[in-house]
Amino acid sequence: MDVLYALLLQPFVFMAQEPLIFAETVVKGLMAGVLYSLVALGFVLIFKASGVFNFAQGTLALFAALTLVGLMEKMGDGLPKAAIVVIAIVATIGVMILLAMIVERFVLRPLVNQELIILFMATLGLSYVLEGVGDLTWGSDVKVLDIGLPDGVFDIGGVYVEQLDVVAAIVAGSMVTVLAIFFNKTRIGRALRAVADDHQAALSVGISLQQIWVIVWSVAGMVALVAGVMWGSKSGVQFSLSLIALKALPVLILGGFTSIPGAIVGGLIIGLGEKVVEVFWYDVHGGAVENWFAYMLALVFLMFRPQGLFGDKIIERV
Amino acid sequence: MSAAEVETATDALLKVNNIEVIYDHVILVLRGVSLEVPQGGIVAILGGNGAGKTTTLKAISNLLGTERGEVTKGTIEFDGIGVEASSPNELVKRGCIQVMEGRHCFEHLTVEENLLTGAFTRGGDRAGIQADLEMVYTYFPRLRERRTSLAGYTSGGEQQMTAIGRALMSRPKMILLDEPSMGLAPQLVEQIFEIVKKINEQEGVTILLAEQNTNVALRYAKYGYILESGRVVMEGAAESLRNNEDVKEFYLGLGGEGRRSFRDIKHYRRRKRWLG
Repeated sequence: MDVLYALLLQPFVFMAQEPLIFAETVVKGLMAGVLYSLVALGFVLIFKASGVFNFAQGTLALFAALTLVGLMEKMGDGLPKAAIVVIAIVATIGVMILLAMIVERFVLRPLVNQELIILFMATLGLSYVLEGVGDLTWGSDVKVLDIGLPDGVFDIGGVYVEQLDVVAAIVAGSMVTVLAIFFNKTRIGRALRAVADDHQAALSVGISLQQIWVIVWSVAGMVALVAGVMWGSKSGVQFSLSLIALKALPVLILGGFTSIPGAIVGGLIIGLGEKVVEVFWYDVHGGAVENWFAYMLALVFLMFRPQGLFGDKIIERV
Repeated sequence: MSAAEVETATDALLKVNNIEVIYDHVILVLRGVSLEVPQGGIVAILGGNGAGKTTTLKAISNLLGTERGEVTKGTIEFDGIGVEASSPNELVKRGCIQVMEGRHCFEHLTVEENLLTGAFTRGGDRAGIQADLEMVYTYFPRLRERRTSLAGYTSGGEQQMTAIGRALMSRPKMILLDEPSMGLAPQLVEQIFEIVKKINEQEGVTILLAEQNTNVALRYAKYGYILESGRVVMEGAAESLRNNEDVKEFYLGLGGEGRRSFRDIKHYRRRKRWLG
């Protein structure tokens, strides 16, 4: 009986008694979810255009953040802060585009028409290479990333919200908007969707897969940069950044591998679920659910709705 | 007698010379196919399932690579230059585009977006593309009504129109049309062939089509090749093929001379009988 009470009733009593704590937990959860979504977005982009789960997406975020911090350190204090930040960001975007070209030329192109699992293995290898290159170039110590994002706290009617989280939410929101416009209104975006629908037909109408891959990996690299900056500002740029890729996996299973809105909603649900279950169901599990809650939720989804909330119906490609 | 001589005196736009195609390094699909398509002509490749029609077209448009197939012998020349060195998208730029068997529309794109993807190789030529969109809608008024529907939700006939219109948007010199009649009602097949003929006459687009529907194909094409087991077993002007006894019996279903001994029948016809 006690267990049932703790499971079914007590949490809601608690919520009703402490609306402020509840509100704060929800906000915290949603904000954490936004960051998961940012990482998941990069996965969706590459999966949509090539059907490959890019294991290196997390490392891509780490690599982008490392490059950014490294470049800012290199430039020293000679210039005003804002100028350094802008130059470093532009240069990092350049590096990510260059990286996309290298990946296309030396990883994807030689593996054209191979099984998807082989491409997946290649991205696994790529993630180790990137990690190594990042370490060698910029060193492996934990770095502080400070690009001047606000780090104070908003007090909204007694609920505390970190300003950095709000910035992350705004950035994620505008990024989704920009990506939606890019995908739906531009010639390249149309081609990307065409490639996602039918590789061969896209080839037959003269869309160059190589060009599309470079573009997709560049965009994924920029999304990784944003994710890396947000996570890096929060908890420092370090190796564990690449492990957020593992958190993005359940987000994708929830939202659907092919859906941009799915990545956002999936991230929000997981972030929210984690925090609320952690705080309000504490008596049932005794804490530390944040590490496995997302995976359990993903498992349930895999059993009952394998294509995720917004994913395309799963159709075997021939 | 080659197709070029029958048609006009102009040079052939496409010359396929004795090509052999192997899939997966072991499966021999085409064993020495040669054909020619004159500038501005309509040429049909006929034959049953697995005869090699689609493979021939894909060899020309260089799409074999995506299916682990390769041309191991022979040459293909489009517009005077070999196709081996060109990627599929370069070939589209050069004016050779394929409409694949089974339409292959982009299901999650609207009809109009599908048409616009056909203009991908033309870059930012907005005015020209807009004008061509109008042209496609004039040929296929049905598509104008359906322009905002997702292609995946349109009927088979509309999808075929979308696929042909999409190819037309690339401003091609030649369209490779693979099995346009597949899965369509006879009336609709007739309508689509009428439009293809109109496009051929008015836009000067050369057509090479692969068809199982011999009857319709030979009424619209001017020259035909009959493929069987990866070889050209017969070729000739459409008129003469239509009147050929063997073609009548095995492809047009117009036998009429009673049953004949199995021994009298040549190899390609025996095979047809087993399959038919």
